[in-house]
Amino acid sequence: MSKADMKNQTVSGEANGGTILEVRGLKKYFPTKRGLLHAVDDVNFSIEKGKTMGLVGESGCGKSTVGRLLLRLTEATEGEILFYGEDLRKLDKTAMRHARRKIQIVFQDPYASLDGRKSVFESIAEPLKVQKLYPDKKELEEKVYELMATAGLAKRLANSYPHELDGGRRQRVGIARALALNPDFLVLDEPVSALDVSIQAQVLNLMEELQEKFGLTYLFISHDLSVVKHISDTIAVMYLGKIVETAECRDLFSRPLHPYTQALLSAVPIPSIDYHVERIVLEGDVPSPINPEPGCRFAGRCRFCEERCHKEMPELKDMGNGHFVACHLVNG
Amino acid sequence: MQKEMILEQEEIIVKKRSQVKEVWRRFRRNRQAMVGMVMLLILIFAAIFAGVIAPYDPLQQDIINRLQPPSAAHIFGTDELGRDIFSRILYGSRISLTVGLIAVSISSVVGCALGAIAGYYGGVLDNVIMRCADVLMAIPSILLNISIVAALGTGLQNVMIAIGISSVPAYCRIMRASLLSLKDQEFVDASRAAGASDPYIIIHHILPNSLAPLIVQATLKIGGAILSCASMSFIGLGIVPPTPEWGAMLSTGRDFLRDAPHLTAFPGIAIMFAVFAMNLMGDGLRDALDPKLKN
Amino acid sequence: MSEKSKLLEIRDLTVHYVTVDGTVHAVEDLSLELEEGKTLGLVGETGAGKTTTVKAVMQILPDPPAKIIQGEISFMGEDLLKKSKKAMRKIRGKQISMIFQDPMTSLNPVMTVGDQIMEVIRLHDKKLSRKDAWIKACEMLELVGIKSDRATDYPHQFSGGMKQRVIIAMALACNPKLLIADEPTTALDVTIQAQVLELMRKLKAQYQTSMIMITHDLGIVAEICDYVAVMYAGEIVEYGNKEQLFHRPSHPYTKGLFACIPNLMEEEMKLVPIEGLTPDPAKLPQGCRFHPRCPYASEHCQQKRPKTIETEPGHFVKCLLIEGREKE
Repeated sequence: MSKADMKNQTVSGEANGGTILEVRGLKKYFPTKRGLLHAVDDVNFSIEKGKTMGLVGESGCGKSTVGRLLLRLTEATEGEILFYGEDLRKLDKTAMRHARRKIQIVFQDPYASLDGRKSVFESIAEPLKVQKLYPDKKELEEKVYELMATAGLAKRLANSYPHELDGGRRQRVGIARALALNPDFLVLDEPVSALDVSIQAQVLNLMEELQEKFGLTYLFISHDLSVVKHISDTIAVMYLGKIVETAECRDLFSRPLHPYTQALLSAVPIPSIDYHVERIVLEGDVPSPINPEPGCRFAGRCRFCEERCHKEMPELKDMGNGHFVACHLVNG
Repeated sequence: MQKEMILEQEEIIVKKRSQVKEVWRRFRRNRQAMVGMVMLLILIFAAIFAGVIAPYDPLQQDIINRLQPPSAAHIFGTDELGRDIFSRILYGSRISLTVGLIAVSISSVVGCALGAIAGYYGGVLDNVIMRCADVLMAIPSILLNISIVAALGTGLQNVMIAIGISSVPAYCRIMRASLLSLKDQEFVDASRAAGASDPYIIIHHILPNSLAPLIVQATLKIGGAILSCASMSFIGLGIVPPTPEWGAMLSTGRDFLRDAPHLTAFPGIAIMFAVFAMNLMGDGLRDALDPKLKN
Repeated sequence: MSEKSKLLEIRDLTVHYVTVDGTVHAVEDLSLELEEGKTLGLVGETGAGKTTTVKAVMQILPDPPAKIIQGEISFMGEDLLKKSKKAMRKIRGKQISMIFQDPMTSLNPVMTVGDQIMEVIRLHDKKLSRKDAWIKACEMLELVGIKSDRATDYPHQFSGGMKQRVIIAMALACNPKLLIADEPTTALDVTIQAQVLELMRKLKAQYQTSMIMITHDLGIVAEICDYVAVMYAGEIVEYGNKEQLFHRPSHPYTKGLFACIPNLMEEEMKLVPIEGLTPDPAKLPQGCRFHPRCPYASEHCQQKRPKTIETEPGHFVKCLLIEGREKE
């Protein structure tokens, strides 16, 4: 049973600051006209304090939904979200508002996630105002300027509006805002995808610095494997609402076990002409997550697919060293 | 040295500019909008200072000098009872502007409230409100105005109410649409993630963002309301004589179209002037309020 | 290299966008050449002028505000800038075709994909009967790996990757000499991107089509291009063949680009970002355009515009430091 395995992993990880977040049996089904859309289907994982977990997958695999479910921006259908051992899904409105101080999110598109009619200062101050943390105007002002400095924003930008800033700066505003409440845990939903490469590196470095400085824990959601590999300690690969493989970062890249992970890794173009990767080109497209067939979600595109793959859903198996894979054909 | 170059570039964005100033800056660059605004200012000036500018009492009859063509004494001429048309038009602007403003206020407040409720709560309530709005929209507005006035009785107040009610659905739709699209915006999620409550989000994010299309609609509708009021008076269901109202003047002037065309020409021009001013203003505002047209 | 083998040659192309707020120097003194059958990668960040350059080649720049100030774009020996509108229409789609970034908006939603491909074919070959054109359209679909019985489907019935295949089929329908692809895979997922890149490589080999590939992903360049031009603020700062550029990047910006991307095959502890921001094209810095962000910039770089120099055969760099080094 995979849940027990996940628990074991948690216990072994407690030496490193302990588990901050554990997700058990998380499900989100969206009703559609053609049936239930299984956006997130029985997802389990846990993250240790101070670490970064990368959640990779292609569009529509449910990775962003997982991030939203954690913050209860979308309500889950089923499952537990244990944050410091407390199930966030059981909290009432007031308690949840309180919990949000500790768990925050940075969105992909900083232009969409900032209100175009609010200045940088107002945007960053909003969480503080909403949570009524700094009733004194002077203190509030100081705190906002401190946050801006932390995120690498010059003080004089305080009165500019999002459309006057470039993408990198806007994302810094998003980060400053997320940091305003001194959270312990940050969901980073594709935070650098909308940025140019040279700016992307600046923002990635900033996030690493902040993690070190404040002991933050990250859930880093991205489709860009190179970026995920760079920033994560552990990585979970999602395919159609399911986690198909999870492992330590280095382990996953040196020993990808799931056929999907293998294909995904081989598909990334390498910015160098010295490597020649044997490319596994997947046939076809990602199937629809509406009323999925029983059995392995990847079966239809898998090169190794056998009969039982179409019938039985593979569970996550422990392959040792914290490496879990959900595939019938991989033997432990 | 190198860093200074970057800083210099940045300096440009630093200066605090309020949103209002920004909008004004864009508005000012639109020549048509400025013309519209000047026209509106003239109208407002005329309405406020009608008592000072008007050479005659608008109600004072002078049967001997009836149907005089424009002359030095009466620059717009006189009407069938010898009243000075210029003075009447000046006083008429008071009524037109009042009707425009009040009718639009009624419809925008009621419409926005209903639209907000429909958009925010959704479901059955949304359906009920929007279907009612659809029914109102399906009836030609002039017919609707006539039936409301017929029910309430004539008079300035009732005309304003009638015109107000008939344009409620438009606001309702605009408000609901912007609420629906804003509700799913990421910055609303961001605000919720920060712990903001629903009322906070509506007041601080959704309302300010949906204001722009409402202002534009309101401006355009003032012109429409002036026109509606004039047509109501024209068919005799609006302002009752002898009150100087442009539509009523047009209506009575109709009988003298052949002999004294100035009786209809001037009130007609006045109506056109007011409606045109509001439309130019509205179009200009729409462009000025659109943040995508930054420059 | 003989004159004959050059398919496309751009000389000193300068494109400005004239707006109320000032003149935007989108492309300045740009020179490029492309041999027949080769692929050129045009690399750069947002606003570097990549798309403006290829739109100038296609002559589909919005005018106003875009103005081609000077330059010469010679395609198969003829200057495209001197062509009439009618002559250009014949070249577009027939000899030069373009694939856009977003497959979702490049197809007409109310026409079947087969009809759309057929339209392109019949536009340039009016003698072809509808029936023959339809057969050709179906062949094109098969070529890009879509079963021809789907020709009667509408774009919304296809996924993003499939739509991009349809667009490729459309672009290749008239067997163009030059294919311009503007970030053709940016909107696609990695595994789908791999499919599309594989397909493009196959078709390129099969049809001997020359290609200009606009991208910001050096990985794609490494995979599919023969030559690379790196653009920064409207200029080509470095140009060379793939081997020269990947093994011996010379311009500080090119070096910076390599240092700031995480690489799947290598372990890097910390990324080295390029400091600062891409300059506002309406307010470009004096001297070398990269100097405010360049770690090696000297006083000299602030005043003098660098010239393009050839550091080795076929490898061009626009940098004062290298210029100085060459002189010594």
